[in-house]
Amino acid sequence: MTSTGPPDVGDAGLSGRWVLLAYRLPREPSRPRIAVWRKLERLGVARLGDGLVALPTDARTREHLDWLADEISEYGGTATVWLASPSTAGQERHIAATMRAARAAEYQTVITEAGVAASAGEVERARVVRRLRGELRRIARRDFFPPPERDRARTAVQALADTVAPVDREPEQERA
Amino acid sequence: MRWATRASVHIDRVACAWLIRRHLDPEAEFVFVDDPATVPADAIPFDMRGVDLGHHGGDCTFETILRRYEMADPVLWKIAEIVHEADLDDERYDAPEAPGLDVMLRGLSMVLADDHQMLELTAPMFDGLYEYHRRGLLLDRPPA
Repeated sequence: MTSTGPPDVGDAGLSGRWVLLAYRLPREPSRPRIAVWRKLERLGVARLGDGLVALPTDARTREHLDWLADEISEYGGTATVWLASPSTAGQERHIAATMRAARAAEYQTVITEAGVAASAGEVERARVVRRLRGELRRIARRDFFPPPERDRARTAVQALADTVAPVDREPEQERA
Repeated sequence: MRWATRASVHIDRVACAWLIRRHLDPEAEFVFVDDPATVPADAIPFDMRGVDLGHHGGDCTFETILRRYEMADPVLWKIAEIVHEADLDDERYDAPEAPGLDVMLRGLSMVLADDHQMLELTAPMFDGLYEYHRRGLLLDRPPA
């Protein structure tokens, strides 16, 4: 590993058990290719090569890749799903670090957006809080090796939420 | 009739089993297998790779069963949206119940002994979900 690569995550979260999807899709039409690409992005896969992606294995990741393999077959492509372990721990650490860096960048976007929204009006702040909470949930679903940015992003969104009056307080205030 | 699916059931298979027993085959008997190759010859497989009653065209198995058996009940299609989001989480539908249902079922599967118990304990939950949305549909607003 070179010093310019993503930071080493150590052995945290490493299980040595991965699920791999190897697939090929016809170049045309492009719609299925884009659909598959977007689903893989959503799952937060590590891209090991052309048509080869990996996720740490658990019941959920395995099932998602199994169904995606079926979907690729329905699109006229070919796909196989494998359970694998890396031959060296170093390779696994490197892949985990890459995935962790990708999530860190996503959390960083949330932190930045929460910061920008802080100076907006209350209605806009409330709207941004709702959107960023959804975004945090989506990122967390594909966050297998949580970076420090995760907690910072949660704190940033909560801090923004704290500047917005909870909606259920309004009727009480009217009654009072 | 015997129906077979993968062991360690989660949202889609639990919901399908409920759908089959309540709305298709009251006598349904469920078999859970680890390997698709071990499905008994007399059983109808569902929610397994490569079978007819599986995921198709972006639908989860619950939706596939509704289509295959031409079930038009709007309440079942409402539940299908929740099951779809809890299973696939692809934001095709707006189903705020889905993340909660997903967590509850994952938690239950951690403390229950087997898949049969899982079906037994979650059936009343789906009965309740059905009744809630049935009333909601009749009232045209959230009930109670």
